[in-house]
Amino acid sequence: MADGATAAARRTAQAAAVALDRVSVAFRLANGSLYTAVERATLNVADGEFVAIVGPTGCGKSTLLNIAAGLMPPSAGRVDIFGEPLNALNRQAGYLFQADALFPWKTALENVAIGLETAGTPSGEARERAQAWLTRVGLGSFGDRYPHMLSGGQRKRVGLAQVLIRDPKILLMDEPFGPLDAQTRQIMGNLLLDLWSADRKAVLFITHDLEEAIALSDRVVIMSAGPAARIIGDWRVKIARPRDISEVKLDAKFHELHREIWHTLKAEVIKGYEQTEGG
Amino acid sequence: MPRAQLIVLQALVAVVSIALWYALTTFPVFGRPLLPPFFFSNPVEVAQQIVAWFVSGVIWKHLWVTLIEAVLAFVIGSTGGVLVGFWFARQPRTAAVFDPYVKMVNALPRVVLAPIFTLWLGLGIWSKVALGVTLVFFIVFFNVYQGVKEVSPTVLANARMLGMSERQLMRHVYWPSALSWMFSSLHTSVGFAVVGAVVGEYLGSAAGLGYLIQQAEGVFDVAGVFAGMFVLAAFVIAIDTIVTMVEKRLLVWRPLASDNRP
Repeated sequence: MADGATAAARRTAQAAAVALDRVSVAFRLANGSLYTAVERATLNVADGEFVAIVGPTGCGKSTLLNIAAGLMPPSAGRVDIFGEPLNALNRQAGYLFQADALFPWKTALENVAIGLETAGTPSGEARERAQAWLTRVGLGSFGDRYPHMLSGGQRKRVGLAQVLIRDPKILLMDEPFGPLDAQTRQIMGNLLLDLWSADRKAVLFITHDLEEAIALSDRVVIMSAGPAARIIGDWRVKIARPRDISEVKLDAKFHELHREIWHTLKAEVIKGYEQTEGG
Repeated sequence: MPRAQLIVLQALVAVVSIALWYALTTFPVFGRPLLPPFFFSNPVEVAQQIVAWFVSGVIWKHLWVTLIEAVLAFVIGSTGGVLVGFWFARQPRTAAVFDPYVKMVNALPRVVLAPIFTLWLGLGIWSKVALGVTLVFFIVFFNVYQGVKEVSPTVLANARMLGMSERQLMRHVYWPSALSWMFSSLHTSVGFAVVGAVVGEYLGSAAGLGYLIQQAEGVFDVAGVFAGMFVLAAFVIAIDTIVTMVEKRLLVWRPLASDNRP
């Protein structure tokens, strides 16, 4: 049930992988006025927990993720990563971006290996492990391709391998499968669950697709429409793992939860549309 | 269009142009040719002149001088352009301070610098190299500057999340991005290196293709001028072909022109 963000926060307060405490984000706009993107968001992601954030477009979901990544500081509030305050880049986190983030001048193999090379792994070993990761994401024979020679789904697979090869404790994902077609999204979702189940990292997964959120995660967090977006709901997904995305959607619990969450979300989506249309 | 047909049509353009040139300068209409041979020479004489140059071997020395000047201008100009472009892009305050002067120098038609370079550096190759450098430098500089500044913010954020230090960012992100922009202007900058060399020679020198053309012009040897132009055109096409080959090797990671830039 929607027992409120703060109650959920208290429940998992012990050394959460990511703990956002009353985080607000405001930007100074070009005309000098202050725009509050996110207001007093409190969210905890326990170690090994898969949390999805769902909200209407432009509600500041990505902003929240950038804060957790340490790519931008919050205007107010506090961010703790495994109990330590975060003041710089989050070194424990891997980030899978919505837009293409691969290095276009590196081959798929080099793209995956680079994350290890920056950490000082010798190039030969890095390449070997990168090749193993490419095989794990199903691109074993595509190592010498440049990103522009790969399809959107294949690029996402390389991106996933690039992030996971560093073995981050936290995985931040910003609508990673957004630009893909429905079938590819399902396949990528299953691949993600498959890889995740091997070592259960803490995951913060942003999406605007409620079905995807329920199918993948342990908890679904709903954000209100911006500006001054807040967290307005927090549901546990009590569907057994391992899951198969396409089968999960046939589960009765899935439909029940979907109906319940959608009831809350619908109002916000409409509000979000009105704001984007009007402004 | 099939390739063979294309080549035939392309050759046809050359044949028709030369035939017209020959006819108009040779056969009298109402008592005299439409194009006075004194000003337009004719294809036969031009061809004879070119053959004579190659048979006697004088042309090789001039080609060599022009080539050396162009290569030096390109190497020095692009090295400078890359370094300064990088520096300015990473130091916005320096860039802001120098901005009006960069614009001023770039706005200056470079030909007016030629006499000064000749005074400073003499009639040898270095005054021509200097002129070429002033042309090449700005093209490379602007492209590298742009390339470093316009690295995709997502790629940059990704690089930082992957744990890259400032030095690694330079090597793996800024540098390749800047180089890709530099290579995309390779044809222009190489072309300008040749222009710098030839114009410099034309304005005062003792050797080179520009010198050859200028000498012929000085004695109203129109055939010599045309012959020099044809040799120069062939020279530039040869260089351009090499550049295309180099480009293909270096930019394998780039999508074809029909796709969008990554």
